[in-house]
Amino acid sequence: MSFLELKNITKIYPNGTKAVDETSLNVEDGEFVVFVGPSGCGKSTLLRMIAGLEDITGGEISLDGVIINNIDPSERDVAMVFQNYALYPHMTVFNNMAYGLKNRGISKDKINSKVNDAAKLLEIDQLLDRKPSMLSGGQRQRVAMGRAIVRNPKIFLFDEPLSNLDAKLRNQMRLEIKKLQRQMDVTSIFVTHDQTEAMTLGDRIVVINDGIVEQVGTPKEIYSNPNTKFVAEFIGSPQMNLFDCSIKNGIAKIGEAQVNLDNLININDASIGIRPDDIQITDSGKFESKANLVEYLGSDMIIYSSIGGQDFSCKLSSKIDVKAGDNFKFDITPSSIHVFDNNTNKKV
Amino acid sequence: MIRYIPSTINHLILLIGLTIMIVPVWVIFASSTHTSLFINTNGLQFSLGDNFIENYSRVLFKKAGFFNEITVLKMFFNSFVMATGIATLSVVTSLMAAYGLVYFRIKYASFIFWLIFVTLLVPLELRVMPTYIVISKLNLLNSFAGLIIPISASAIATFFFRQFYKSIPEELLEAAKLDGTNSWKFFIDFLVPLSKTMIAAVFIFMFVFGYNQYLWPLIMTTTEEYWTVVMGLKTMYGSISHRFAFVIMSMIPPLVIIIFLQKWFIQGIFQNK
Repeated sequence: MSFLELKNITKIYPNGTKAVDETSLNVEDGEFVVFVGPSGCGKSTLLRMIAGLEDITGGEISLDGVIINNIDPSERDVAMVFQNYALYPHMTVFNNMAYGLKNRGISKDKINSKVNDAAKLLEIDQLLDRKPSMLSGGQRQRVAMGRAIVRNPKIFLFDEPLSNLDAKLRNQMRLEIKKLQRQMDVTSIFVTHDQTEAMTLGDRIVVINDGIVEQVGTPKEIYSNPNTKFVAEFIGSPQMNLFDCSIKNGIAKIGEAQVNLDNLININDASIGIRPDDIQITDSGKFESKANLVEYLGSDMIIYSSIGGQDFSCKLSSKIDVKAGDNFKFDITPSSIHVFDNNTNKKV
Repeated sequence: MIRYIPSTINHLILLIGLTIMIVPVWVIFASSTHTSLFINTNGLQFSLGDNFIENYSRVLFKKAGFFNEITVLKMFFNSFVMATGIATLSVVTSLMAAYGLVYFRIKYASFIFWLIFVTLLVPLELRVMPTYIVISKLNLLNSFAGLIIPISASAIATFFFRQFYKSIPEELLEAAKLDGTNSWKFFIDFLVPLSKTMIAAVFIFMFVFGYNQYLWPLIMTTTEEYWTVVMGLKTMYGSISHRFAFVIMSMIPPLVIIIFLQKWFIQGIFQNK
């Protein structure tokens, strides 16, 4: 039995909206799982159901062998970090962190030592007397984490905790969260809409779309072997190029261009997906196109172009000399091509 | 040089306003320190006289009223109890009513709220007969409870607290829930301290409102034992300088409350945090 088990979890709001549909998922002890998906896909709802802040319409959640569907949030032994941190504005940092412990009737000395330990770990020990309004965004973030840590919960839940920080701080906090999770070895679930965060943080990623789990896997699996068109497009930056085409005997026709595939399949209405970095520019390339726009990113650059009337991008080393308006030749390795059936949106 | 002109004008306007408000009070105060005979012969005074202590102590401690049963000091005590009671009860009832309306899934909560709000259209003066009957049936005539209870629920305060609670982010409640609060603890540990400034504002408002009550105490008290300052002012006879002294003293309690709580009062009124 897994540490956290979701069985056919469904959430239907009173107005009839189905936010989560028959979702099942197992999370192992100590694992860091990331829920990722576009906004409104149900990932936060799923997290809130685990926390107990949202009623479960159907299905079963068990944590550490106990079914927690009807257990009060305070008794589930979960800790959550909210998007806006939800710090208690009228309490000092110390009291913010100690409040949950006080409610559990823990002795004063123990509270003191626990809070001080957590504060030291998060390097906020000199801020304990301040109120949240006197802290910077990053410090507030740490306090919110501290509040979760002191409780020693069975599971950490993070609801997009980095989205209010600026880019630099976000990267830094991302690393710290990862480090902290490793150090404390607490099962964690992290919700985000940012695929970079998902890829870098998670032991496993759960890609959710429209209340349905599209794919579960390690970051590598998800990136190199997306099961559906949605996952293919959502994970990876810049996103995967998808070309609508028809495939006959293993040859995909995109307008005039013909792309050879690995296997001899026939699909009338298909998409082939190629990652921007799987396109090689060579003078001996089979295909030719015009660069409409070139984005220079330092070590890399991205060329925006189109073939057979369909736009695509390729990412390559900026050492190659292609300017906007230039024609360039390129090749695609058949093994790097992902084929999707447009009727099912699934990988073939 | 130019940039000083607007602030000079602002200050001038403020000074004029201040003068208009202060001068009558000063005239009353100055006149209250003279003997009545002196005022009657020489008119109102701008300068201080020598009878301050004599006049004020006489007013405070001498028995007055129709039947000479009550001192002004007792009237102050009555007014203070009444105003404090009304302010305290108003704060408590409206805090709790707003809490119930905002945080509990009550059916027709907004209808109930508007029902409460509509009572603003029915001030005590309109419902004085039924209120009197209720209070007399409860045997509360001539008591502090009778003075306080009919005026101790405030729709406007409920409205203020409700709006404030609605502006508190949902996550705060959720975080508190995960930290193991129950509904009572959330009220005491979160809502009350967060609305501290607002409580001060409502308290001042209701204190002054309670202190200024005239009709209700007049109707429901039959013995002079429960007379209040405002009633005393209306029914006061005697020499002119004593009356002036009473007027000046009657201004002190609300003034003291405002001076002490004004910082919070202003924060509470302009609270948007």
